[in-house]
Order: sequence, then structure tokens, then C-alpha cells
Amino acid sequence: MTYEPVIGMEVHVELSTQSKVFCGCSNDFHAPANSNVCPVCLGMPGVLPVLNGRAVEYSVLVGLALNCTISRWSKMDRKNYFYPDLAKNYQISQYDLPLCHDGFIDIEVDGKTKRIGITRAHLEEDTARNSHTVAGRESGVDFNRCGVPLLEIVTEPDIRSADEAYAYLSSLKQILQYLDVSDCNMEEGSIRAEANISIRPTGTEPFGTKTEVKNVASFSGTQKAIEYEIKRQTKILDDGGTVDQVTMGWDADRGVTVTQRSKESAHDYRYFPEPDLTPIVVDEAWETRLRKSMPELPQVRRARFMEEHGLSEYDASILIADKAAADYFEQTVSAGAPGKLAANWIMGDLQALMTEKQGTINALPITPGHLAEMIGLIEDGSISGKIAKDLLPEMYDSEKAPGDLVKEKGLAQISDTSVLEQMGADLIEANPGPAEDFRNGSERAIGFFVGQMMKATKGQANPKLANEIMRKLLQQ
Amino acid sequence: MSEPIHLKSAHSLRDAIRAKEISAREAAEAYLDHIDAVDGDVRAYTDVWREPALARADAIDSQLAKGEDAGPLAGVPIGLKDLICTTEGTTACCSELLKGFRSPYDATVAEKLYAAGTVVLGKLNMDEFAMGSSTENSSVVTTRNPWNLDCVPGGSSGGSAAAVSAHECAISLGSDTGGSIRQPAACCGCVGMKPTYGRVSRYGLVAFASSLDQIGPFSRDVEDCALTLNTICGHDRRDSTSANLEVPDFTTSLTGDVKGVRVGLPKEYFTDALGVEIRAKIDSAVKVLESCGAEVVEVSLPHTEYAVATYYIICTAEASANLARFDGVRYGNRAPDTQSPEEMYKKTKSAGFGAEVQRRILLGTYVLSSGYYDAYYLKAQKVRTLIKQDFDAAFEKCDVIVTPTTPTPAFRIGEKSDDPLSMYLSDIYTISANLGGNPAISLPCGLTESGLPAGLQIIGRPFEEGAVLQSAYAFEQNSGIDLGVPTAIAESVS
Repeated sequence: MTYEPVIGMEVHVELSTQSKVFCGCSNDFHAPANSNVCPVCLGMPGVLPVLNGRAVEYSVLVGLALNCTISRWSKMDRKNYFYPDLAKNYQISQYDLPLCHDGFIDIEVDGKTKRIGITRAHLEEDTARNSHTVAGRESGVDFNRCGVPLLEIVTEPDIRSADEAYAYLSSLKQILQYLDVSDCNMEEGSIRAEANISIRPTGTEPFGTKTEVKNVASFSGTQKAIEYEIKRQTKILDDGGTVDQVTMGWDADRGVTVTQRSKESAHDYRYFPEPDLTPIVVDEAWETRLRKSMPELPQVRRARFMEEHGLSEYDASILIADKAAADYFEQTVSAGAPGKLAANWIMGDLQALMTEKQGTINALPITPGHLAEMIGLIEDGSISGKIAKDLLPEMYDSEKAPGDLVKEKGLAQISDTSVLEQMGADLIEANPGPAEDFRNGSERAIGFFVGQMMKATKGQANPKLANEIMRKLLQQ
Repeated sequence: MSEPIHLKSAHSLRDAIRAKEISAREAAEAYLDHIDAVDGDVRAYTDVWREPALARADAIDSQLAKGEDAGPLAGVPIGLKDLICTTEGTTACCSELLKGFRSPYDATVAEKLYAAGTVVLGKLNMDEFAMGSSTENSSVVTTRNPWNLDCVPGGSSGGSAAAVSAHECAISLGSDTGGSIRQPAACCGCVGMKPTYGRVSRYGLVAFASSLDQIGPFSRDVEDCALTLNTICGHDRRDSTSANLEVPDFTTSLTGDVKGVRVGLPKEYFTDALGVEIRAKIDSAVKVLESCGAEVVEVSLPHTEYAVATYYIICTAEASANLARFDGVRYGNRAPDTQSPEEMYKKTKSAGFGAEVQRRILLGTYVLSSGYYDAYYLKAQKVRTLIKQDFDAAFEKCDVIVTPTTPTPAFRIGEKSDDPLSMYLSDIYTISANLGGNPAISLPCGLTESGLPAGLQIIGRPFEEGAVLQSAYAFEQNSGIDLGVPTAIAESVS
């Protein structure tokens, strides 16, 4: 029998606000353990939370980008459970009235657009981090992360394959990066994805029993875990078994999902409205102000890159996928470079150079202005494309302007006809054999002379000019 | 011989200290000596800060010597209920679980009282985590009623009430979730006020039930109550539920006059449940107000009979979450030698929490549980709205509501400890003001034949503490009632 997978995603996003969601502590990951803590986020007796308005704004921005309805009136709730990483033994979250709800996101898979419904996006606080020493049988808790604002984004069960799940996560990450509301660093846990997966016989309506897959450290890992889980469930059903409703963990080393928790041990979270906080009211004026402050989103930008800069859909898609790269591209174009050339250089040699040097586009020593200047030098014939390829690493290392480097190193292209004619005459005299070959009709011989000329000028001869001159001299 | 220092009201002591007739140190020493003399009987304090108090008093004296303004309560010795966080001493909520706990910060009210020039003498006894009506649930000691040492002082702020009544401090702070200021004030014969919910910052008040808790003062007269409110009220950005409203000077409400004030008597409060002796005291009190120009009207609060049930669902639900943090992980007394987090939680909480606290956590957990939430918690929230609406409707017909504070005077120690339901009914007249969020005061309205105080409760519209104080002051000034020094400690005082 063939089955159709039905997948819904829950993504937790840490918002990159200055301070935590309910206190003034710095929202900084890399600080020494328990250095960004205060009585409030440690859950000391008598403390009260105060909601960070910026965290609400970031959440609303995401909601708007995901085409959600923003609740005029929502509230925080207490989610009760016991765990040492939860300072108060309840998490302040949102239960029945999320800040954002009923939106959608359009994703592209195999060149086709698909709409994924967004059920809700709600604000909550992150937990602390536990660590354990095996030898000493001791556990430690780092509360720096406790109280970091977290946005939980839940989709409808609209996803039908691991590839769609991957596309959804990538599109969501792009949007978050464009909004500049999260570091989006999956390894550090600033985006955490969970998938709810079930399968049903193709063509039938009712949902099968779902399993939840957690603990995946990358988008591609999520994709693999979903693929694995679909296969696992398919085998169970084909063998006449039933799928248990369980929470699975992804074991990346072995490439398998492992049962973590059964439904029987599911929590009763005893949600109730948080009495220490007043309702969150986002009035029309606030929503409008945030809507106006929204940056251009990836899909709009892609269309504009194609239209304004004449890029292909493929090039535009690659460029907009990384906001920093797209920004760099636009700055290069503003500095005077033609769009297509700028895109080729950025996606080609520059990307290769960054990979080699392990650099990032955010901290690139080559400014967009320098790149544009270099492209200009090629365009006006001052340097050849080949010289430019060699020039790029020098620009990277020295942070100097390409024009200055060309002068400094004497890399300017030789376009002086008399110099090249003299050189050509000398080459013919020194190589009578190949000259004879040409006269006997061998076109390849002209390549030999142009090559020799480039070698003699260390590549600085204008290749087009060199070709013309050699042909003229040999035909005389 | 002039009046002993500890018999003076806070405002007259403050005036004498400002006039340099008495030094702040003399005042602190007088009170500390008096604590030494009587607290062995009364047992109001859980921790006396002798040295810090004297150092603080000296600092006030040197401020005054330099001609500086040392604050509106300069040199006034006060006490704080053991659930108000202070960096000085311990804040244990009279629980084994928090025994020895030192708060890393000061509550907003503590900061405000320090800034006003008060000298804190120490922490006061209470029912563990403010859960109780007799102070018998304290893990430290049972406080005794200064009017009869065999009786309870009421609760949960029993230590705060007994200390003021026994002249062991001029003013104290307590907290009131369902009557925990007013009921012990009535039992001990002093003035106790619960301001409007949101009037006083709860930052640094260890939470029992967040939507009901409110800090308020105990004092020996209404003027001291108004003065203390002037200091502790006001918006605090650290408490989102604190009201961002101007705080009036409450002493301007103390006119002694209630001409044209409409006093409402809710018929549901004057039933057979009310003891005849207390009823007679309230009837006379109403006559006093009438004689001062008040107009008496009957009003109705039809959902009163549901108040106690509603309260015990909401307060236990909130408490079950609020007390979850006391797990021994970050602070407090962790049970030793446990092998798993679950075992650590169970053993820590079983050993650290007393029976009443455990009972309320279990009740609260139950009413929030899946399948029971709608029938209990949600229903209780709806009834709470009806109770608020009752008040709104009644306050269209009157300006203040007058009721007894308690159905009976203080009961004997041990009398109700095995009967939680009868204990819960001690708060039958006070709970509605917490559910409605209204301000309410209790002040003495006489002694029963057995020599125990009776309390008169005056409830106002939200944020109209002034109207409550106006009627309370008029009654106090015109009733001719002055209970004097409590009988059980009178010997030590003279």
C-alpha cells in the first residue's frame, strides 16, 4: 500500500532582544555560566515578571511576515511542570490566546509553490540548561538562558514530505533573518525544530497516529529524521502493526529515531492565566507602526532582483537566501557594478574565497565598493578577468582598493599596440616553426603566439588585442 | 511621669523625634526593651534585629542632627511580616523549607519604608506562606493574643497584629489574601487595612495567591494607618499589576466628619452565623456613624454565600503554581541523599511544607487538572466576576460598606486546628473584598464580655481608600472606644 505523510512543524525561535523577556538581564548566550541572572529569572521568592515590549514587537513582526492575524488582546499563561531547568517550575507561555494566529507561508519545492498554514505563533520564556558530570554524578544548571524570549511557531499539518519540511524551515529562517529578530543559529539552539509525523493510506482523509520527533540539531537532520520516521511507520503499517503515539529523539550518529516518552507519561500542564501580568493589547496603531517598519521580505526581494537587476530566478534565489549576501550584492550594485556581473563574482570567486578563508560575508575584508571597482576595471579593459581572479585574494588579505593594488603591482593590462607589435615581431622571429605552421593554415599556431605573449607580459596583455596583432603580423 | 515611648502612636512619636524630644535611638531601645519584656508571652517576632535597628536609629539621629529631613516616619520602629523580602536577616515565610533563607534583594515596600525613615525591629510571625487564620501554622512558634494568651491572634498576619497590639512596634506590615490583615487586626484590637489590589507593589512579597495578595499596614490608630499608606502606596514598574495612579495624601481624608456619606449594610452579612455579641457591637458602631451625619442604607451582595468556595479554588490554584519554585534546587532546604529529581522534589516538599500548605497545594493542583479546570477554576473565575459586579451595584447606592470583620472574637489555640473548614469560615466577611479587589479596613469597635476585641470592617470602592479612612477616622474619633493596653500584657507595660 502507498501512504501519504502528514507533517506539522513546531519551531522554537530565540528572539535576539537586548534583555530577557521578563527581566532586565542581558540576553547573551556566550557569557560564563550563571552570570546573566537576577532574582527574577532565578525565580527567587517574591519576584514578579515584567513583559519585554520589544519581545512582543519582534513576535508581531514575525506574525505579520507569516501573514498571521495579530490578536488585539492576548494573555500569558502558566504552564506547570517540574524540572530543574525551570526556575519557577512553571513556564510563562501562551495557551488559548496566542499573540499571532491563522497565517501562512509559501514555500518552493521542485519549482512549485506550496502554501503551508501557520496555526499560531506565541511568546514564552526559554528554560535554563542542565549539564551533568558522569563521574561525579553531579548536575549543574546554567540559568543564563532561563528567560530568553522564545517564539513558538506551529504549522497546520500541511507538510507532505521531508523535502517540504526542509523548504519550510529554510523559508522560515530566511524570514527571521530578514526581520533581524533572531540569530537563527541552530547549533546553539536559537532555532529548534520539532516535527509531528503521521502517515495515512494515499487518498484517505483521517489522520494516522502521529509521533513527535525532537532533538534535531540541523535542518538537514530534521529532513533525515522525517524520512526515517516515514519509513519506520510505513514498515509498521505494512507489517500489520499500529504506530504508538510517542515522542522520538533523533540519534544523528546512528541515523535512527529513538523513543523518548510514551503518551502515558504525557504531562497535564494545568495551564491557567498568569496573574502577575496584565493582558497584552496590540492596538491597531501599534500594529500599523510595526507593519510600516517591516523590511522587504525574501520573496519580494527575489522578484525585485530579477526585475531590477536582470538576474535569473536561480541566481536571485541563491542570493536572497542569505540576507547578508543579498545586502552585499545590492551594495555592490549601488556602487556601480552591473547586476549580473556582481552576482557572478559574489556567488563564484568571492564565495569560494570565503570558503577557503573561512570568512563570512558579514565580516568580509573586501567592501562592496572595492568589488564594484574591480568589476569596473575589467569592464573598462584596465585588467583582464584572469588578473581579476588573482587580484581578489590580494584584496581580501590587504583590504586595499583594487585600483591601488593594480598600480602598486603593475598589473594594468597592456593595450599599447606598439609595445605588443614589437613583442609579436620578436616572437615570430624567435619561433619560425609555428609561424610557418600558421602560414600553412594551422589556426592552432595563433594560440601558441598569444599564449607566449601573455606569458611574456605575465598575463597583462589585452588578450583580444594580442590576438588581433598576432594575426596581422603572421599574415604579413 | 510622661507617657512611655512605646505607648505613643507612630505620628506622635515621629513628631517627638523630629522635635528632638526623643531620639530615634531612645525610641528603638524602648521598643526593643519592651519586646524583651513581653515577647516571651506574645511570641510575635521570629527574628529581632537589635543591632541593625540601633545602627539604623543612630543614622536617623545623625540625619536629624544635620538638619536633614529624615522622612515622614523618621525614627518610627516597625516590624515586617516574615514574607516581605529583606536583605537584612532572613525571610523564611515561617516555613521549614525556607528556614534561614536570606533574600538577595529588598521588597519595594521595604525600600519605601527605609526611605521614609522607619527603623525595622525585625520579622513577624505568620501562618506558613500566609496560609491560615490563627498563626498556628507557623513552623516557628504560635503567636498568642495579647488580650488573652490562650487565644489565637488570628492570621495569617498574626505576628504583625499582635506586635502592634502589644506595643512591640508602632506600625507593622502584613499581607492580606482573604482577610490575613483584617481578621488578625480584629482579633488583636488594632487597625489593619488591605488597600485596593494594585495600590501597593507586590514586588518582594512572597506570593501566596497573586491575584488576591495585597500588602497593608497594622497600626494603633487610623491616622498612623493613613500615614503608612502614604509611604507604601504607588506604582512600581517591577510589578505589572500595580496601578499607575496618583496617590493622594490620605491624611487629608481624616476630617472626623461623615456628613452625607452613605453607609451600606449588606443584608447577607447580618445572618444567624454572626454572633450576637459582635452583632451588637456593629449595630452600635453604625449608630455612631449615623450620629456623625452618615446616611445608612441596606444593600445586597447576593453572591456572598459563594465567596468562600470561590476564594479557596482561586487561591489554591494560584498557590499550587506559586509554591512550585520551592524545590530546593536553587535555595531553601533540600532533602538530602535523593537519587532523582522526582525524589528530590517529593522529599524536599514533604519535609519542608506543613500540613496546611500541602493541603492547599493539592487542592490547587486538583482544581487546575485536565478535566476539572472548567468545573472548578473557570467556574470560580466567573463567580468572582459576579462578586465584583455585586460590589459595583452596591456602591451605586452607598459610598462605603460596613460589616463585621469576623463572625466571632478570637478563638482558643487548638480549637480549630483539626477542622480546616471551620477555620476557613473565619474569613467569611473578609474574602469578598479580596475577590473584588476593594480596599477594606478593620478597626476596633469594643470588647466582648470575655474581654476580647471585636472588629468593624469598612469596605470602599476600588482606589477609594480615602473614603474608607474618612469613615474609619470619624468612627474612631466619635465612638469613645479606646481599648487601651491589652490585658494580658498590661502588667509588663506599667
